[in-house]
Amino acid sequence: MAETWIDLLRLLDGALRLATPLILCAMAGLVSERSGVINIALEGKLLTGAFAAAAAVTLTGSVAVGLAAAVCAATMLSMVHGFACITHRGEQIISGVAINIVAAGLTVVAGNALFRQGGHTPPLAPDDRFPALTLPFAETLAAVPVLGPFWGELVSGHTLPVYLALASVPVIWWLVYRSRFGLRLRAAGELPEAVESAGVSVTVLRYRGLLIAGVLCGIAGAYLSTGHGGGFVREMSAGKGFLALAALIFGRWKPWPVLFACLLFGVLDAAAPRLHGLEVPLLGPVPVALVSVLPYGLTVILLAGFFGRAEAPGALGRPPGRTG
Amino acid sequence: MAVPALRLRNISKRFGTVQATRGVDLDVMPGTVHGIIGENGAGKSTLASIVFGLHTPDSGTIEVDGTPVDNLRPVDAISHGIGMVHQHFMLVPGFSVLENIVLGLEAGFRLGPGLARARVRLAGVCREHGLDIDPDATVDDLPVGVRQRVEILKALYRGARILILDEPTGALAPHETEQLLALLDRMRASGATVVLITHKLHEIMTVCDRVSVMRSGHLVAERDVKDTSADELATLMVGHDLPAGGEEKAAVEVRTVLEVSGLGVRDAGGVRLTDVSFTLRAGEILGLAGVSGNGQSELLEVLAGMRPVSAGSVSVGSRRIDHAHPASPAEMRSLGVSHVPEDRQRQGLVLPFDIRENAVLGRLERCGPGTLVRPAVLQARAEAMIGDFDIRPPVPDRPAAVLSGGNQQKVVVARETAESPPILLLGQPTRGVDIATIGLIHSRIIELRNRGCALLLVSADLDEIFALSDRIVTLCSGRLAGPLETRSADRSVVGMMMAGLDGGAAA
Ligand SMILES: Nc1ncnc2c1ncn2[C@@H]1O[C@H](COP(=O)(O)OP(=O)(O)OP(=O)(O)O)[C@@H](O)[C@H]1O
Ligand SMILES: [Mg+2]
Repeated sequence: MAETWIDLLRLLDGALRLATPLILCAMAGLVSERSGVINIALEGKLLTGAFAAAAAVTLTGSVAVGLAAAVCAATMLSMVHGFACITHRGEQIISGVAINIVAAGLTVVAGNALFRQGGHTPPLAPDDRFPALTLPFAETLAAVPVLGPFWGELVSGHTLPVYLALASVPVIWWLVYRSRFGLRLRAAGELPEAVESAGVSVTVLRYRGLLIAGVLCGIAGAYLSTGHGGGFVREMSAGKGFLALAALIFGRWKPWPVLFACLLFGVLDAAAPRLHGLEVPLLGPVPVALVSVLPYGLTVILLAGFFGRAEAPGALGRPPGRTG
Repeated sequence: MAVPALRLRNISKRFGTVQATRGVDLDVMPGTVHGIIGENGAGKSTLASIVFGLHTPDSGTIEVDGTPVDNLRPVDAISHGIGMVHQHFMLVPGFSVLENIVLGLEAGFRLGPGLARARVRLAGVCREHGLDIDPDATVDDLPVGVRQRVEILKALYRGARILILDEPTGALAPHETEQLLALLDRMRASGATVVLITHKLHEIMTVCDRVSVMRSGHLVAERDVKDTSADELATLMVGHDLPAGGEEKAAVEVRTVLEVSGLGVRDAGGVRLTDVSFTLRAGEILGLAGVSGNGQSELLEVLAGMRPVSAGSVSVGSRRIDHAHPASPAEMRSLGVSHVPEDRQRQGLVLPFDIRENAVLGRLERCGPGTLVRPAVLQARAEAMIGDFDIRPPVPDRPAAVLSGGNQQKVVVARETAESPPILLLGQPTRGVDIATIGLIHSRIIELRNRGCALLLVSADLDEIFALSDRIVTLCSGRLAGPLETRSADRSVVGMMMAGLDGGAAA
């Protein structure tokens, strides 16, 4: 009994680690998409953040500087995105895709120029990565059955970005549903003309949405290369930005359901190696590929309308039009 | 002499190749209701948007209460006490009435306390102006008349002393219009200034003190209402005398082409229609009167194949549509049912598409070989429509989104009537359309009727119903009353039927 409990906790613990960049990116996507800006560029912003963090840590030896560099880099990219699709009313998807391409190329080029290791950064020493934080009572509770392992194995012992990701959900929820900013943000995503005519600038709102998105993507990037991983590897975001977008749709642009989707995808990811080769009666061994494709498959099924309709913000992708 | 509440000098605005307003000079005196009339595309909405700071004029100056304002943005306009009710609703879907009203004025970063205070204040504003509203209703569920009230409350809540209303009565039933005009009257009595843009001359004659006439971006005339007449205004607006009213109605041939029996419609929002039965006959116009929100939209949607039937049936020729045998819009179209939807922007047009593409929406069969579309055919159709209906500007490759409201409507009506359909559903066909175009659309309706088309005319405008219909039915809370023969019908009886008082049972 205790064995399975520990096993389950280890699985969930792995899931949480894997879900962390998804949660941060999905919250980033949520804020910008609720303002009406499609954020297909999450992937590129995440990747840029990861590179900036690893490069900065390699050069300075400080994770804090790495985190700051990641946040700055991802935010700058977000602002470029905004400049193209808010200020110049460019196509949001196209400018987003452009950002992804630029990020994939630039990180490698810059990495080569700085470190001459084929686009990677040198591997980081354990001391140069985010330390695991032990929460209070982890020791004291260790002896208590059930709760002890739960606290010690699952809740305690993660790095700062993991806790930031978990904290981001209620914060974003509060911002979106309980603050003036959120009311305006949602209105800008539904009917931007109404916001303009209420005397509030849609441009400023959407830029703020992208700004918050940039910060969150930066934290996710720093986690990827200096928390979860130990250094930057080319294209290390590996589709996590897109998966976050899938979670966003899966959770219907609402913070708590989106968190649930990210955790679900995390569990699938963590379980994949364990499921590998598992014999299912009648079907034979489970291919890993099937497990990795599941999140996308579920999202496609959702989009096809099997779980009810995924209601996107009404003005997603649309600059304000004529108000006359 | 008093300082004008609004003083515009030499206001010009150009959109691409279209000069929307040209050198407009306008003084609006405080404590008056000032009407602005003009044809579709004359530049009325543009002028209003400039005063509210939504468009920056290319030239010209604006003074509010004698203070020059430049670089006006909506925030500045609001702080100068200017409020605007737009031609199309500006209500955020999914938001409650209260949220829509406080948007932009939330008082504090935390929403909760701000909303609580706003609720109290809104109740006060409602009481002051004798308006009634449920602050927690979601705007999507509200009938058009109530949405219009929300729009007005938005402006009043912001403490507007200069209120600009852009065609506020387009979608309102007669008694709602009367309430609105009475409200404007009270506002004037309390010292507020109102600018009323409308196509309905009787509204000008009832409530306005002074009226300005716009034509092709110019302000061509200004009159004191007591010194003018509706006829003179109509002539000034169009620039020439209007042709005399509708032709003689042809004899009615009795052949039923569409039959509705025991129709019931229910959806997530509740019961929409209950036991509705009537027939549509070839060569006849059936007028459907009623306060909007009583099931007219749902009935049109069912007949157009856009909404499923819950009970009863609709028969067209040998096809019977009921709960078990639903029809799609494409099928209804192939059965000969054309539809001018009430909501032109969402159901009638694809706004980013140009006039050519909108001219063939849903009618791609004869636009080229096989599944291909020949651009020349599109161009020719669009040009024909532009010519027939005098769509302005006459540029086939302009997106529908930048056309003025009335011109958008012309595109939809032109498309739906182009092929002389055997059955035509008309949802508010002349809403937001100027009088010259109303004449055009009305004569097209009568021409179709005389050629044997069966028409169902849904309109909030009783005059229109009485002028065109052969028989009249009404809907109230989803129940049908009538039909009455128009010849023997009496407006007060129809009014009672609309209110659900069964005055029409006799016929
Ligand atoms: N944002 C815009 N972009 C391009 N053209 C525009 C825009 N707004 C208005 N126009 C053009 O300017 C002209 C004046 O339009 P406006 O909406 O002011 O007319 P209107 O008098 O309000 O007409 P209606 O009675 O039909 O509402 C029209 O030809 C219209 O196509
Ligand atoms: Mg207009």
